[in-house]
Amino acid sequence: MDFTFLSQTMITLLKAVPMTLALFSASIFFGLFLALLIVWMRVGGNPVLSAIAKGYVFVFRGSPLLIQMFLVFYGLGQFGFIRYSFLWPFLREPFVCAVLSLALCTAGYTAEIFRGGIRAISPREIEAARSIGMSGFVLVRRILAPIAFRHALPAYSTEIVLMMKSTALASLVTVWEVTGVAQRLISQTYRTMEVFLCAALIYLVLNFIILQGMTLLEYSLSRHRRATPAALKA
Amino acid sequence: MATMELIGFGSTGWGALLLLGAATTLAVTATALAIGALLGTIVAGAKLSGNWLLSAMGSLYTTVFRGVPELLIIYLIYFGGSSAMTAIGTAMGYEGFLGLPSFAAGALAVGIISGAYQAEVFRGAYLAISKGELEAASAIGMHRGLRFRRIIMPQVLRFAIPGLGNVWQLSLKDSALVSVTGLAELMRTSQVAAGSTRQYFLFFIIGGALYLILTSLSDRVFNGAERRTNRSMPAAAMGQA
Repeated sequence: MDFTFLSQTMITLLKAVPMTLALFSASIFFGLFLALLIVWMRVGGNPVLSAIAKGYVFVFRGSPLLIQMFLVFYGLGQFGFIRYSFLWPFLREPFVCAVLSLALCTAGYTAEIFRGGIRAISPREIEAARSIGMSGFVLVRRILAPIAFRHALPAYSTEIVLMMKSTALASLVTVWEVTGVAQRLISQTYRTMEVFLCAALIYLVLNFIILQGMTLLEYSLSRHRRATPAALKA
Repeated sequence: MATMELIGFGSTGWGALLLLGAATTLAVTATALAIGALLGTIVAGAKLSGNWLLSAMGSLYTTVFRGVPELLIIYLIYFGGSSAMTAIGTAMGYEGFLGLPSFAAGALAVGIISGAYQAEVFRGAYLAISKGELEAASAIGMHRGLRFRRIIMPQVLRFAIPGLGNVWQLSLKDSALVSVTGLAELMRTSQVAAGSTRQYFLFFIIGGALYLILTSLSDRVFNGAERRTNRSMPAAAMGQA
């Protein structure tokens, strides 16, 4: 074991962690908004919007993320109306392309997860809310959204971990996040195993932290379901 | 050049190569699923064994291979496997570099990943078998092997089908990452076609559409299998009442 090399590798790779985190948080943020829009279209009752949402989910869940990313990164520049539009300075950037494709992809999965959460709401809770005169936005904000989010949380935390892993693909469109930097290190040092194992360790730690955070969130949102402590029962 | 000519089957068309790529993608995924089934069974067995060391090792496997990016695992197996092969070759007196075939490396990498997911699927399916049936089997004197073959196996397979369908879809999409090792599967072929004709958008759309066809066809296959294995079950018990 060459500890000086390992520690140097670790330091170099850790410098790329902010880029991985930036990709991760930006795509989760935009993906969440898009997913909410898609869910709203899907369950809103308008057949045309619902069909569009269904098609969106089918396309983005049915094809590999890598092909979607290449489509955005290589494909969009082919069109004159994009190349000469005000969007081009942004879409030329690999980081923007990576975030765009990650967000588009996760939105499809997240929308289905949230739809499952909405389906799990008991109709009686909605009836009760309507009977006391709640409707529209208040109903969504006070009843539907909190219940659906709580039901969807376990599946959503899996999706978030998958997203963290998906950020590695950005290295293939020349974003220098952890995997990309690891590859560059290997081409300089030819020490494949050591560098990739260090990178794997970084991802494991990041995912562990994320999962712990999600478990804490789940715990704090399920106060009403927790068993009464023995001390209070007596 | 006309679009139809580019994607057609003529001498300048990429149609045949793309279909060949799709077939390679299916072959990688099927091999990976088989490798994963073997690994998944072993890991699920270890996690259910009740032996703390075995179950800790099983948990380590599922945690690591579900927590590390697939791309990184493919790189690790491909490059790591090649350096292992070279080391073995050098020990046996062969000079120079020995590469792991990209098909084998890719199928192994995706298989190891799918093994981690399949282990959880099998574990869940085993836990879904009612304890009473296991007790009944022991009570009429079935020994372990017979009980496994007649009671546990058929039910685990039936309960596992929906989960296996998900794992298949995941592996199918993960297999696109094997393109980084240069294996001419669907992703790689689309990439080469896109690069050499400079029609990026066209060929990535076609590649994506072929993936959509593969995923939706396999969805049908798994739904059919689910219906088939549920034939003997009363409709009410399957939640269709």
